[in-house]
Amino acid sequence: MLLEIKNLTASVEGKPILKGVDFSLDAGQTHAIMGPNGSGKSTLANILMGNPEYEVTGGSLLWNGTDLLGLEPHERALAGLFLSYQYPVEIPGLTVGKFLKRAAETRLEGEENLNVGSYLKEIRENMEFLEMDRNFINRYLNTGFSGGEKKRMEILQMLMFKPRLAILDETDSGLDIDALRVVSRGVNRLKGPGFSSIIITHYQRILDYVKPDRVHVLYDGRIVESGGPELVNELEKKGYEWIKKQVRGEVSHEQSVHSA
Amino acid sequence: MSSPSTVLNKEEYQHGYHFPDQSIFKTRRGLDEEIIRAISGQKKEPEWMLDFRLKAYEAFRQKSMPNWGADLSRIDFDNIYYYAKPTEEQKRTWEDVPEDIKETFDRIGIPEAEKKFLAGVGAQYDSEVVYHNLKEELEKQGVVFCSPEEAVQNHPDLVRKYFGTVIPYRDNKFAALNSAVWSGGSFVYVPPGIRVDIPLQAYFRINSENFGQFERTLIIADEGSFVHYVEGCTAPVYTTDSLHSAVVEIIALEGARVRYSTIQNWSGDVYNLVTKRAFAYKNATVEWVDGNLGSKRTMKYPSVFLKEEGAHGEILSIAFAGQGQEQDTGGKVFHLADNTSSVITSKSISKDGGVSSYRGMIKVHPGRKNIRSRVVCDALLLDEKSVSNTYPYMEIASEDVTMEHEASVSKISDDQLFYLQSRGFTEEEAAAMIVNGFLDPLVKELPMEYAVELNRLIELQMEGSVG
Repeated sequence: MLLEIKNLTASVEGKPILKGVDFSLDAGQTHAIMGPNGSGKSTLANILMGNPEYEVTGGSLLWNGTDLLGLEPHERALAGLFLSYQYPVEIPGLTVGKFLKRAAETRLEGEENLNVGSYLKEIRENMEFLEMDRNFINRYLNTGFSGGEKKRMEILQMLMFKPRLAILDETDSGLDIDALRVVSRGVNRLKGPGFSSIIITHYQRILDYVKPDRVHVLYDGRIVESGGPELVNELEKKGYEWIKKQVRGEVSHEQSVHSA
Repeated sequence: MSSPSTVLNKEEYQHGYHFPDQSIFKTRRGLDEEIIRAISGQKKEPEWMLDFRLKAYEAFRQKSMPNWGADLSRIDFDNIYYYAKPTEEQKRTWEDVPEDIKETFDRIGIPEAEKKFLAGVGAQYDSEVVYHNLKEELEKQGVVFCSPEEAVQNHPDLVRKYFGTVIPYRDNKFAALNSAVWSGGSFVYVPPGIRVDIPLQAYFRINSENFGQFERTLIIADEGSFVHYVEGCTAPVYTTDSLHSAVVEIIALEGARVRYSTIQNWSGDVYNLVTKRAFAYKNATVEWVDGNLGSKRTMKYPSVFLKEEGAHGEILSIAFAGQGQEQDTGGKVFHLADNTSSVITSKSISKDGGVSSYRGMIKVHPGRKNIRSRVVCDALLLDEKSVSNTYPYMEIASEDVTMEHEASVSKISDDQLFYLQSRGFTEEEAAAMIVNGFLDPLVKELPMEYAVELNRLIELQMEGSVG
């Protein structure tokens, strides 16, 4: 098991958001986590990456059997985790080229030296693949980028860093169909036994391009439904109201059991 | 106290590094006329320079301390050595330099020759050859590049014509002090129409008079000439001298262009009080690039007097104030003629309770026409304890002026830090990248090797600072 989450609870500024998440993922798999706004999807993504603003209050996170909670964010990145942000942050003054080069250098082992020439070539190829202008390499990271450009920059980083697990947090939101296609192509490019991904999304449309092996529905801090790709269509047809009703139904069912 | 009966003592070198069996001449602590005569005598100066020093000393005694800017109340003028000269025989070798200092030099990645110079190794270097070749090249063009002491001896006409004309000895208390006790520095004269292609770097002159606390630099760019002078170095300047008070004068004659770059990183107990001023004549351009890291208190406002039509002045100021430090820096431009323009760009960073203040002055004299000026000050605060101030003074006595002023204060956000951390950088690396990014538009203006050094220095400054 590449990632194993057990009974994870977490809060933000003292407010409980995750209320017992169980989730596991094998190497090479693509999982989708869907759910309405406010269900805890982004919280889960941030916790996987180690954002200190999110407090884990219980449960466990295992990465290849080791405790992920003991690792700093940068250690998680170097261990092969990658988070594509819903709202990538602007870093004025830091050029994309310099950033990618430094990031590659942190990933070198021992005495290894970065071959800048071939690395630059790889950046250019990937930019072309993502239909990005070459000049992006000289621009300041995410600074003044449009929403779509920021998302492409996230995917470019993913292609360069080749993570073992990429978490795409609402990468599809705010994208037009062309951008969505390009972003999906990036994810599909890495697909293989050494690459897993968690696609966090509100809508089904990115899942038309990136086919998930498993689909989970997160609602009110819990995974309330899991299934194969067919779950996407069901959700599409019935909407999140169906899930909400079902959960409420379960709760009333439990209550009726207890009161009986 | 060293023995007060003689002005010059030969005594064990007690300050800075310990170099056994090496001696230097130094004056006793404190300052009086006798000491000034001794300094002048040591340098075998002509009467006119001694007179200049004595008049300056009188002005120093009469001038009061600045009652604005950084807190200077703890400077004890009676407890300072004003002159120290390495003896001829003195040889510090590279092996004598403490390991941690060598290591710092290595980490900053500065060239071997400069390392040795910075460590105060006064013996033989490879760079002497470089310097001599350079000097020959320059001499062919008629360029003079030497210590001010040599200039007094060998180019008295130029010195008498220009020395102390841009910054009169009575300008301010610290300029007066420097004028009285100056020692070391550079003298540059570029003849008409000559372009000096490579930057003149102060460290090439390592085998001449050492740079000290009271260095004095005079640059004269004759008509239509160009020179880029790079002062000192970006590496930590190891000194236990508590007061550094330099004077830099630049004269850019018609059509000349002078660029003066310095990035200083003083040790944390130094008061760094420097007067830098340039005169720009018709269609001349003067650019100051001034970076200040380290020191306890810095007060430094490079100035340009745009004296004739078409003159242009630019000042780029970088300040980094850490714990217990106050960087009071900025720039001044005086528009004395029509069709003159200026740009002041200031970037300051404050961390661990450090205080950075931008203090600037744009003055336009009455009735001057077609004046353009732009002032941009950006401050970055790394934490809640740190402080940034902006004092942009303007005295504009003309209608025909285009004036722009922008100021911003920003903070490193947790989101930015986390974003970079999640890409594989430690918190410190992330903070340093953000700080370097903040400086990037300015750093681009620096010579390449300088920019690299500044980036590394910022990273060193940032170590252990986040958490």
